This record gives sequence, structure tokens and C-alpha cells, in this order.
Amino acid sequence: MQTPLNNELVTRLRAKFGAGILEAIEDRKQAIVLVESGRLAEIALYLRDEEKFDLLSDLTAVDWPKREKRFDIVLNLYSFPKNERLRIKTHAAEGEQVPSSFGVWPTANWLEREVFDMFGIVFSGHPDLKRILLPDGWQGYPLRKDYDIIQQDTAWVRENLGIESGQ
Amino acid sequence: MAKSTIAETGEKPHTLLGADELILNMGPQHPSTHGVLRVKLKLDGERVIGSECMIGYLHRGVEKIAENRSYQQFAPYVDRMDYVAAVSNGLGYCEAVEKLLVVEAPPRAKVIRTILTELQRIASHLLWLGTHALDIGALTPVFYCFREREEILKIFEKYCGARLTTHAFRIGGLQYEAYDTLEKDVERFCKAFESRITQYEDLLTQNRIWLGRTKGVGILKPAEAIALGATGPVLRGSGVKWDIRKAMPYAAYDQYKFEIPTGTTGDTYDRYLVRMEEMRQSRLICLQAIENIPAGPIMAKVGKVLKPPPGEVYHSIEAPKGELGYYVVSDGTVQPYRVRIRPPSFVNLESFDSMVRGHLVADVVAIIGTLDIVLGEVDR
Repeated sequence: MQTPLNNELVTRLRAKFGAGILEAIEDRKQAIVLVESGRLAEIALYLRDEEKFDLLSDLTAVDWPKREKRFDIVLNLYSFPKNERLRIKTHAAEGEQVPSSFGVWPTANWLEREVFDMFGIVFSGHPDLKRILLPDGWQGYPLRKDYDIIQQDTAWVRENLGIESGQ
Repeated sequence: MAKSTIAETGEKPHTLLGADELILNMGPQHPSTHGVLRVKLKLDGERVIGSECMIGYLHRGVEKIAENRSYQQFAPYVDRMDYVAAVSNGLGYCEAVEKLLVVEAPPRAKVIRTILTELQRIASHLLWLGTHALDIGALTPVFYCFREREEILKIFEKYCGARLTTHAFRIGGLQYEAYDTLEKDVERFCKAFESRITQYEDLLTQNRIWLGRTKGVGILKPAEAIALGATGPVLRGSGVKWDIRKAMPYAAYDQYKFEIPTGTTGDTYDRYLVRMEEMRQSRLICLQAIENIPAGPIMAKVGKVLKPPPGEVYHSIEAPKGELGYYVVSDGTVQPYRVRIRPPSFVNLESFDSMVRGHLVADVVAIIGTLDIVLGEVDR
């Protein structure tokens, strides 16, 4: 299903960022560009201003614990003038900081907070990185693959809810 | 770009006549927050100078559940996110998995899906209109709105047995054939609905109190709306003509004629007008669709066990509240490796802070209402 992608956009990106663009593939007719995590902010700014990807539809992460750099950070972009979507991905190891996209697309504020909340990925340059859906004192990151479906922060539940288990 | 937390807005004390700033908690049990939204307001007298939304009270870990269910088993869960627009949620999920499987629903299924989804859009907007007007102080519209919404829910009930969490669609098409009088029921509803919209508009559109409470309240400029990721009627109210049904058509929307209403100033009144016009357009889509429902099968050929080839897909639809996206990753097994749901309410709520600054406490209620959020979807 995945084939290499070589369109004009990818050629322009390669010419501009060279080794910063690691891979470009097409999966079920959707364009995916894998970029180096350190250069994410710079590439994001270029995509917004020069390539007119003005809407950050979604920002999320996927956990691949067996991989050396276990996290995928996934940005789904949309361009109003081109009516086109583009997915930017970058890899991050546990504990590695990823540049925040907040300065480029302010909507990344809450989306990055959610990724931090669920995966524990730290975004450098985020104005207020804290949990958003779970309580502030919660231990653990539920959407990681090593977090079991019935796992919970029992100490937090006992202390704050006064019950033995939330299950 | 406005910062979102109270801690960071306090660089310069912004006080009037030496009065102290006041922090006011609104919710999580405030009637106007429609669910369990807690808003922390920083006030100077009655004026809001900062805000912070506390969400997560309804967090159920839907995305985690998805990783532990098969593709079909997860489908009913999506109905429980935006529980006033369950049909739209189901459509987005089914189409995303179909894209992942590289199958397409047959034409008959697509048209029936379109009809039900548009009815759902009307139902969702009616619920919004009734409660939004109620929050602001107009008691009457809610009764009228629920009267018509009831008709739509009856159609859903006849079609699939459920009114709210419908699970109306299946991956690959439909579970149920359209019942005998579906077209007639939809037609009867649509015919009557035209004058009903006029009734709502008679109550509100030129009402002085309504104008006073909504005009100039919660203005969102187009550039700001895009930067904050707002979609759906919130974005269109700001004047950006973008609707996924037109931009990247799905289901059977490419076959029908309809307009995309937009606002001019991006205030609460404009968003009200946009949603009213959207109901009219949805009605027109339904009328066009029932005229010609193609014959044929209602299910594509998909196996009993779904094993999409490894890979990933992002599919989004124009839900009543905005862009509802599903990012589904498959590792080739029967369970999705990851399902990410891009909820329109969650992202639209991000605009709340910049809309509410400078307004009065009473306007907070209007602004929460105009965003049309459903907390089940915000928190997932």
C-alpha cells in the first residue's frame, strides 16, 4: 500500500531542507512526509508560509515501543488555496523533546497538551505544557502501548475518590 | 496570539478604580455549560479579562478502547462521543475504515447515509438552537425545536431501532435496508420543516433582545479562526467559505446542489444565521436525495473479519460541529493499532479564550452556546 512519493512539493522540500526530509511516501493516495524532529518547527513554518498549509487539522502521536525511537508525532495539515492535505511525521525517542508547533499554528496548544497527557512527549517551546484531560497529579501515560487497558493510577484514585478502584 | 492560562495573563494588573481582580469558577455543574465544562474566569468587575477551560470530566479513553476492540466492535463507541450527532460520528468512522480497507460502499448505501446524516445535522442544529436560545433567555424556541427534532428521531427509530446512539451504519455499507416509507417520512418532514424554520426566525432573527445579546459578541476574525483551527459553522461564521462536503466530497454529496452559507463579522449572530441557513440547505439535500435512491446492494464485499493491510489513513467529514477526523493506523491485525479522533468541539473550544476577552460574564453563556460544544466529544 505504501509507495515512494515524488511530487513537486516533495522536490521543493528536498531542495530546501536536504537531509531534514527523511522519507516521502504515499499511502492510499495520501501524502506522508517524514522529517527530522529537530527541524520540525522550521519545516512547519515553511509549509505554512510558502506552501500555504494554513490549517493544522490535527496533531497526534503513535507509540511503537519496539522501535528505537518509539514515538511518531503526526501532523495533519490542510491547505485552503490548494484544497490539499499533507501529513508530516517525525520520530522521537522516549524523553526526547520535540519542537512545539504552537508558534506556527496556535491550535497546536491544546493538541500538544493532549499528546503530552496521553504519551508523555515533551514539546519544547510550548507556552503551558500540562495535562489537559487527565487530572494534574495522575501518574502514567495511558495511550502508550505498555499501559494496560485496565491500568489506572490507584494511588490517585484512592486519595481523591476514596475508593479502591475506578473499574 | 492570546495566551490561554490565567497565570500568564497577569503581566500587567488590569484593574479599574483599584478594584481587585476576581477569579470566578463557572461549572462544572453550571446549566449553561451543557455537560461538565469548567471555566475559570478572571474578572475585572463584570468584564472578563482572561479565561481557562478545564476539561476532561467525561474522559473515557475512547482511543484506548479502540486499540482493544476489533474494527466492527469499536463502531458503537463513536456514537457516544458527540451523542447528539451519532449518525455523523458513525459515518466518519465507517468511511475511514473503508478507506483503510480500500473498499467503497455501494451507491444505494451512500445515498441513504447522506439522507440520514443530513437529518442528523438538522437535529443537532435544532438542539443547539433550542438550548442556545434558552441560555440567553428565550424560552419558547426550545419547545418548537424539540418538536421537530422528535420527528427526526422517530425516523431514526424506524430505521434502526435507536433514537440517540443509533449505530446506523456498518463498515462497508448499511446493516438495514431502508424501511418502506422512509422516503415518504423524510419528504413529509422536509415539506413541513420549511415553515418551521420561518417560525424560529420569527421568534429570534429580528428580536431586539436576541440582537442585543448576540450582535458583536464573541467576534472571531477569519485569520484568527484559521490559526486556532476552528472549523464548521464557527469558521464559516467568520466568513471562510469552507465545507468538507464541497471541498473533498464524501458519501453522495457530490451529486447534490447546495450552498455554503457564510457570515461577515464572525460574531454570535452570524454563527446563528449560518446554522439556520445550514438547516435549510440540509433540507434541500434531503429532498434531492429521496427523489432518486438508486437500487442495488447495501453492503460492499467485506469479510466477516476485517484485517486492513498495514498502513494508515486520515479521513474527515463535515460533522454538524465542524471537521470530524479519524486517523486510523493498521498493523494488519483485526484490531486497529491506533485510532485518533479529531473532535471538532475540542478544537473549536480552543477559540473560547480569545472570543470571551473583554465581554461581560453574561456573554460567556452566549459564547459557550455559539461554539456548540458537546462535552462527550471534547473529552472522549
